[in-house]
Amino acid sequence: MARIDLNHIRHAYGANPKSDKDYALREVHHSFDDGGAYALLGPSGCGKTTLLNIISGLLHASHGQLLFDGKDVTRLSTQERNIAQVFQFPVIYDTMTVYDNLAFPLRNRGVAEADVDRKVRETLDMIDLASWAKRKARGLTADQKQKISLGRGLVRSDVNAILFDEPLTVIDPHMKWVLRSQLKQLHRRFGYTMIYVTHDQTEALTFAEKVVVMYDGEIVQIGTPAELFERPKHTFVGYFIGSPGMNVMPVSVEGNRARLGGQVIDLPGSPKAEGNEIELGIRPEYVRLGAAGMPVTVRKVEDIGRHKVVRASLEGREIAAILGEDDQVPADARVTFDPAGINLYDKSWRVEMGA
Amino acid sequence: MEKTWNNKAWLMVLPVLVLVAFSAVIPLMTVVNYSVQDTFGGNQFFWAGAEWFQEMLHSDRFWAAMGRNLIFSAIILAIQIPLGIFIALNMPRKGWGVPVCLVLMALPLLIPWNVVGTIWQVFGRIDIGLLGYTLHALGFDYNYVNDPFDAWVTVIIMDVWHWTSLVVLLCYAGLVSIPDAFYQAAKIDGASRWAVFRYIQLPKMQRVLLIAVLLRFMDSFMIYTEPFVVTGGGPGNSTTFLSIDLVKMAVGQFDLGPAAAMSIIYFLIVLLLSWVFYTVMTNYDVEK
Repeated sequence: MARIDLNHIRHAYGANPKSDKDYALREVHHSFDDGGAYALLGPSGCGKTTLLNIISGLLHASHGQLLFDGKDVTRLSTQERNIAQVFQFPVIYDTMTVYDNLAFPLRNRGVAEADVDRKVRETLDMIDLASWAKRKARGLTADQKQKISLGRGLVRSDVNAILFDEPLTVIDPHMKWVLRSQLKQLHRRFGYTMIYVTHDQTEALTFAEKVVVMYDGEIVQIGTPAELFERPKHTFVGYFIGSPGMNVMPVSVEGNRARLGGQVIDLPGSPKAEGNEIELGIRPEYVRLGAAGMPVTVRKVEDIGRHKVVRASLEGREIAAILGEDDQVPADARVTFDPAGINLYDKSWRVEMGA
Repeated sequence: MEKTWNNKAWLMVLPVLVLVAFSAVIPLMTVVNYSVQDTFGGNQFFWAGAEWFQEMLHSDRFWAAMGRNLIFSAIILAIQIPLGIFIALNMPRKGWGVPVCLVLMALPLLIPWNVVGTIWQVFGRIDIGLLGYTLHALGFDYNYVNDPFDAWVTVIIMDVWHWTSLVVLLCYAGLVSIPDAFYQAAKIDGASRWAVFRYIQLPKMQRVLLIAVLLRFMDSFMIYTEPFVVTGGGPGNSTTFLSIDLVKMAVGQFDLGPAAAMSIIYFLIVLLLSWVFYTVMTNYDVEK
């Protein structure tokens, strides 16, 4: 296992990139700690698969440097980097048995057959496929196939990292959960450095210790699931994580107050936020619906089981609030914002609240 | 649930039945009819029983043509299948080269068969043909008109030139359907070029290869036009394949009975060998 440093990595697919638009990855400068479990989260086309392929060496970045444990691997091939990667669609060698599939990466590297046998049996136990060893791989279910893809990575004890590229896309929902918890267990037991690409926030938040949110070819925030939830650094993180996403509305700030149309909102501090692109963000979980506060017009109440989502309009803008299952929507509804949940953004980036 | 029986449904398949009857069943039955009778012309027929079949199965001429045809098909398959796979593997997967290659590959397939024969007949002539003349000028004793070996080489090269593209196109179609992730995973697993071919590309091409082998076998086993135009079955009988022999017998000598018996035996052999290829190739991975 290794620590992975990305040193000002940029990548463009076309030759001669001119403006920022030509870059699939604008600039990524980040370190993945040895033994960490990371999720790369972002919408389709944000560059997360590109970043993953740069780490595994399937792509070579146009600019920047990549280090494994301080050693420069920027120009090394995939094989020399010694990486395991699991793809979106299970890749298995149909004509081989499950056993031979797992033995394949070792045999390719000229490992002695006795060691191959020992490692393959260990791995079969790890991924729970020991009783399938002699079966042809082509008849297996999607989740078993995906386990084989994973197993081909695990079988090499010295891999630097295991990369996952949306590995659960084709897996049935109930098996997704099982596989995810098996992955977490493997991580806890063996301490692999794992990087997991996904566009599904639940997957990212349950799998990873640290979530790296990417947007438009850049990393916008790295943090624990709680940090991403409480203090989104960019309005995109606010929208993208949480269901429904964060409410964002344009305000003007004067001292420790924010003005939204005709309403005034008390802020927990006096932030330095000037200019006309200031926005206030608050998650629906922190919007309190009651008899006091700013008047709103309730448009719709969605009952989604354990709680209700109230869609209302405040000063002509859509706002969502979350209400307990048994709470009633008052007739003349008003809202207040819990100061703990208020974040301010200047040009989409978060500004510190100040004292 | 109750099944409703409605015999009107038979009417729906009637057009197809009529079509198949006229195009296949009735002509075939005519052949069966001839094969068990004798005629001296004048529309007079006499019952001959299995006589023609016995004669055919004891005919050296028939077995010699059969042997030549089997050798021809074996050589054709042994050259065209590996060559086709090799060319398909080396064709570009994207960019402007793709349409160029596809058109070049499709070209020989678009030429009428007798024209292919004519092209090679002229090409190989030692007085005016580019190939024949050049070989002669270089000191090779090449002459497909009187040397059986040269005649065989010419016919085989002609067939390779004509039909390898079909194998290429089929294999190429199989290859482009393999997702990139397979190649990426193979890279990560450290697979060699050979291993990628053996464990990814070949299994994915298996189905199209089956079709390629069947088509190429049947076509080459029934080959008529091209060798007929180039060599006319000669020199001697050296390139007289089954269908050339059949035409000689039926049209040239007007031996309808033996020719019909031969047709039926020929047909059954093609059917049998195709079945063998099919069974072997589809069972290969099920058992192992």
